[in-house]
Amino acid sequence: MADHSHRNETGHSGHGHAGHGHSGHGHGEHFAHPAPVWILFGTFFALICLTVLTVYVADNVELGSFELVVSMGIATVKSVLVGAFFMHMYWDKGFNVLVFLSSVLFFALFIGYTLMDSYETLPNVTNYYKTK
Amino acid sequence: MATTKVERGEYSALVDLEHNHEHEHAPFIAHHFYTAEQQFDSGKLGIWLFLVTEVLFFGGLFVAYIIYRYNRPEVFVDAHHHLDTLLGGLNTIVLLFSSLTMAWGVRAAQLGDNKTTAISVLITMVCAALFLGVKAVEYSHKWDLGLLPGDMFSYDPHAHHEHHLISNYLLLLCIPFAVILVATLVASVLHLNTGKSVIGRFYGGIAITMLGFFGGVLVGVLWMAGAATDESHSSDAHAAVATDATARLVSFEVDDAAAKTPATTEASATDAAATTPAVELPVDKKLGVFFSIYYCMTGLHAVHIIGGIIALSWIFYRSLAAHWRSDYFGPVDYVGLYWHLVDLIWIYLFPLMYLIR
Repeated sequence: MADHSHRNETGHSGHGHAGHGHSGHGHGEHFAHPAPVWILFGTFFALICLTVLTVYVADNVELGSFELVVSMGIATVKSVLVGAFFMHMYWDKGFNVLVFLSSVLFFALFIGYTLMDSYETLPNVTNYYKTK
Repeated sequence: MATTKVERGEYSALVDLEHNHEHEHAPFIAHHFYTAEQQFDSGKLGIWLFLVTEVLFFGGLFVAYIIYRYNRPEVFVDAHHHLDTLLGGLNTIVLLFSSLTMAWGVRAAQLGDNKTTAISVLITMVCAALFLGVKAVEYSHKWDLGLLPGDMFSYDPHAHHEHHLISNYLLLLCIPFAVILVATLVASVLHLNTGKSVIGRFYGGIAITMLGFFGGVLVGVLWMAGAATDESHSSDAHAAVATDATARLVSFEVDDAAAKTPATTEASATDAAATTPAVELPVDKKLGVFFSIYYCMTGLHAVHIIGGIIALSWIFYRSLAAHWRSDYFGPVDYVGLYWHLVDLIWIYLFPLMYLIR
């Protein structure tokens, strides 16, 4: 929905600047998708709020072993915002998004397989929390 | 998608058109592309593939971090005493703001507004340099304290640390930036006087970027000076924190040893923990490993920031030369994507390094 209204806006400004309307390679002029200004500012504002939130939570909320989960969760929300709007993934071709997200998948496999033997060291970790 | 799958006949028609009007209509379409969009899409896929390799490149370091944090959580809790959350937070906001100006620049380039692109890209470069300035203050302060990677780690919590306002390491880090500042200032003035306004303004922009670095250094030094005066008021409390941290490390180590020998009971382990001061333990080595990871991750990130400034200065130059139009803005978009990825990595690095409690 937002996508369509957006395309129209783009098309018009594109023609206005390039100044050769529908003639010949007018084909190529519809591929620019300038992000609406309010989306850019909204994303920035949300990112700042989330940064303040993650610092506040770290300093003032006792989360124990969930600390890492919460801070990584906030970081992931931030990176989704950056990816979708600053990096234009929301308007990008599905294939490009798929290519990029595949790197996340392989990174997850990398971590997952490496942490498989972490139960070997679990006694150390639990001991540490007991002494704390 | 539809436009890239045009019939063969249509392609040749377009090719003819391209040849006829090459200079007036599409000055930057390489001859092996049929349309501007095809060229743009190819470049876009290329930059996404590059970003995939970047994610996996940093991925190895993130895995090193996760493994070490999982195995030695106490080292990380101790390490955060040496990282300044507010300086890290300031740098996070600077990078987020630079992402905003970068996205703004891409938008302007898509609309063919070269002047706005030049200004937003310049602000992005200044923010990048400011980030490096703050980082230079953080690094040099750590080097002064002996918070160094691996075997070089020589931090002594009980030693009295003189707070030099300007560290020698910081001066060393400033030299290349100062040299570039002076050189680009001179070049800018010379070119502007001989009427070469594009290259003159380009050098001027680089000089402003270098000033951004010194702005970051100033902010960092002032902040550190403020923190130092606070600390001298409560130096006893600081020492108490340090010894507390050491004691925790020691008691953990003893428990660790107890767990390995089944004959030892829990009670004797706590007895041993009570008489810890006599035990000499290689605490430093472990913190040194944390700092190895810290320097590798933030250092590689800083190298990417420097690479970003170089790529951005190329975009800045081409914006001044007014190259961007609604059917040709690919390079701005590609460098922008790279810049956002550098921001994205910092979004994860900041909580992982600075926000451990």
